[in-house]
Amino acid sequence: MSDHENLTSPVPAPLADRRRGSSSIFDASRPGRKGILLPALDVPAADPEALFGALHRPEVEGEVEASEVDAVRHFTRLSQKNMSIDANLYPLGSCTMKYNPRINEEMARLPGFADVHPYTPEHLSQGALELLARLEQALVALTGFARVTLQPSAGANGELTACLMIRAAHVKAGAPRKFVLVPDSAHGTNPASAHFAGYAVQELASNPRGTLDLAELERKMTDDVAAVMITVPNTLGVFEENILEVTKIVHAKGGYVYLDGANFNAFVGKVRPADLGADAMHMNLHKTFSTPHGGGGPGSGPVGVAPALVPFLPVPTVEGAGDGFRLEYDRPDSIGRMRTFYGNYGVLVRALTYILSYGNAIAEVAETSVLNANYLRKKLAPFYHLKYDAPSYHEVVFDDKLQAAKGVHNIDVAKRLMDYGFHPPTMSFPLIVPGALMIEPTESEPVEELDAFAEAMIAIAKEAEESPELVTSAPHVTPVGRIDEALLAREASKPGSFAPVLRAPVRRS
Amino acid sequence: MRYIPNSPAEQADLLREVGAASVDDLFATVPREVFRKDPPPLAPPMSEIELRRELGAMAVKNAAATCFASFLGAGLYGHHSPAFVSQLLLRGEFLTSYTPYQPEVSQGTLTAIWEFQSHVALLTGLDVANASMYEGATAFVEAVLMAERLTKKRTKVVVSRTIHPEYLATLRTYLAYLGLEVVEVPAGADGITSAAGLAAAVDDTTFAVAVQSPNVFGLVEDWSVASEAAHAQGALAIGVVNEAFSLTLLTPPGAAGIDIACGEAASFGVPASFGGPLIGFLACRDAGKRQIPGRLAGRLETPDGPVFALTLSTREQHIRREKATSNICSNQGLIALMATMTLTALGKHGLRETALQCLSKSEYLKAGVKALANGKFAVAFPGATFNEFALRCGPPVGEVLSALEKAQILGGVPFSRLSPGAGEHEDLLLVATTERVRREDLDRYLDVLKGF
Repeated sequence: MSDHENLTSPVPAPLADRRRGSSSIFDASRPGRKGILLPALDVPAADPEALFGALHRPEVEGEVEASEVDAVRHFTRLSQKNMSIDANLYPLGSCTMKYNPRINEEMARLPGFADVHPYTPEHLSQGALELLARLEQALVALTGFARVTLQPSAGANGELTACLMIRAAHVKAGAPRKFVLVPDSAHGTNPASAHFAGYAVQELASNPRGTLDLAELERKMTDDVAAVMITVPNTLGVFEENILEVTKIVHAKGGYVYLDGANFNAFVGKVRPADLGADAMHMNLHKTFSTPHGGGGPGSGPVGVAPALVPFLPVPTVEGAGDGFRLEYDRPDSIGRMRTFYGNYGVLVRALTYILSYGNAIAEVAETSVLNANYLRKKLAPFYHLKYDAPSYHEVVFDDKLQAAKGVHNIDVAKRLMDYGFHPPTMSFPLIVPGALMIEPTESEPVEELDAFAEAMIAIAKEAEESPELVTSAPHVTPVGRIDEALLAREASKPGSFAPVLRAPVRRS
Repeated sequence: MRYIPNSPAEQADLLREVGAASVDDLFATVPREVFRKDPPPLAPPMSEIELRRELGAMAVKNAAATCFASFLGAGLYGHHSPAFVSQLLLRGEFLTSYTPYQPEVSQGTLTAIWEFQSHVALLTGLDVANASMYEGATAFVEAVLMAERLTKKRTKVVVSRTIHPEYLATLRTYLAYLGLEVVEVPAGADGITSAAGLAAAVDDTTFAVAVQSPNVFGLVEDWSVASEAAHAQGALAIGVVNEAFSLTLLTPPGAAGIDIACGEAASFGVPASFGGPLIGFLACRDAGKRQIPGRLAGRLETPDGPVFALTLSTREQHIRREKATSNICSNQGLIALMATMTLTALGKHGLRETALQCLSKSEYLKAGVKALANGKFAVAFPGATFNEFALRCGPPVGEVLSALEKAQILGGVPFSRLSPGAGEHEDLLLVATTERVRREDLDRYLDVLKGF
């Protein structure tokens, strides 16, 4: 008997339908409905058929017909099928799922920010430009870099921006070079970003502590290497103790050091990345600086750079002070634009609000995030295998070695955690830890939530010993049971599988 | 601190539990010479009272479109967003969740992504759309890169110069080091991509041909010109859209031979927000789906009803690393949701009504300009437009805008602002209308022009 049968049997069928499955608004569409009322047209109605002739489209076939009430109810019900930071500890390693302060949302929605068009004349958008300048200054203060571009749309886009700047700098110096070195523990975006800047990627094997192997680096760091991309702390949550030697080795060969700042939450206010010898680093504002992840974006990935890379920053930059801010396009060595306009501005408003709310006390963020991760490590170490036992910073990476003996894998632990009301940890990397369970609690979890999470993890470890099938068949009490993603991928590969509504793939039972 | 729940006593308990004498003990592996003992040079922490004052002081220095009649467009259009949309977006279950890697606890987000994809597929007339791109220009870049992968061993992309200059600038940035050539085909005197010019530029090394409609001058272009030029040489056709409402009144790209449609969908209720976050879209034919970048939600019918999950993820960076179709990880989840909610409220009927209002107001303004007796202004090009047109100004564009500003009107975007320093079309002002402007705003606009 499963929990799932217990829960669903007493529920009347129509309600059960609503609880299980997720019918889309397209399925619920009703002819003749609409959810919007416009003012009466106050000019003569144009005739699109006459104006566009053969290019006129009479209707968008298949579009939804729904009222405002239908829409509100549909999306409210959808929301109830999500886990979220607001309701659940969400220890997704490397994603820094911290509390998203609501004052940030209020500030980003001020009409003076939200309703301002990016081509508003500069004299009518001085406050908008001032905010960009102030955020850049704050990030300069926290990183020690010479300048920061706010244009990149997300972390990976920041990586690419930096790789392009590094390439432009090498080209200017005579040769672009061929390779970028990336540790085997890196985020998948690192090699992908280097690739899209035209570089071949070489992997650096980690040492038994899970950190960079200096001998390996010395061997691979040739005159053909443009840059080394390093994550600090790395994806094991371990600080690269030899980081100063690493940057020295890279610089000695004329290479640049790129820091992946995804894990800046571990040391914001405690260490300035420029002091480590980094030449560039992106920051995920949706991680360290609390802007909402929003179900997968929008992010924002500003990049700080050392003086050598300043000429190559994307255009436009924001220049000026006081009452005279302006956008500067005349930068002959710039890599150009990374997107339209100036960046994910609304995200930048939220990030500045957050930075101002902590101000010069922001080191408490890093301190508490590291303390919380170490607390969980202490509690869970007797029950889960820890492949690398170097000191943890903001996250700790266990694996499923002990549970796998009973046929229980990291994915099963993850699904079972949902039944206990917690979002699973990250599992897809680091690649050097098979069966990884990467846990990042962040600073915004109270001790009783940390304890409850640890108790759930411990209970699951015991279940894996005593009744492994309970774990491998999880989740049991979520809105839907375990989804056969392999089957979906096979169905999705077939022709016509993504057509809206009626031609969706049908599972044969 | 406000967002750290534990009390100092509880923090001390935790420290004791982990066996550290002080919190700095936990940072012992940081080299001492870089470890900072002093706080960063920032102001002391601010309360909400202070934050409202501080940020509010910056916000009031900007001209919100709500205080002006706004005719600003040029790639971003100020359409209405239903009130319920911004309210529902604040639900923590949407706002504070992450990428739905765990579908069992993310059906809300996944269903909405699938709906977004479906709206985009219907609007563009194509089979498969992804879960969103950062914004229009990067969507365009990804479309070009995708076309290159689908055609193999070809090196040239032919693009019309009537594509938004910021899109073209972005393309040049991303393609700088990939060994691919960008050939730009200029517009004819009528402001429309020359069909002959396009066909002449395409050869058997061309992997894609890209045009935009309505184009940067607001002019409607015929997608089939690009698709015929592309297909004649075995290349793919890319259609770029800035103003997504146009898709409701004009032949969709997919019905005119376009293979990949891309662009900006912020028109569907996304606030301008000084240019971001916006919502790029990318759609293709079924045959291209293995090379589509970014996330993709799929739908599976089960005995319990439909379920949704991310799928075909072997294309992505977290699996394929440097061999991935793109380096993209985050997309624009919440903004896609915002557009999806708006599209739901608009629906089939609201989409058309809104588009017709935009069109009618633009036609009214164009007719008014043509009727001006002072001979100082003209509609720059004769072709059909949707909701934006290029106004040719006799007086300097800056003076025209200043006069309009005095009448509480943001009169348009000088063409020169789209590619500063290029010195092109300096007498053109791009004038966009949406359902938010009233007849009295249009009349006031015309009155100001009469005054020259």
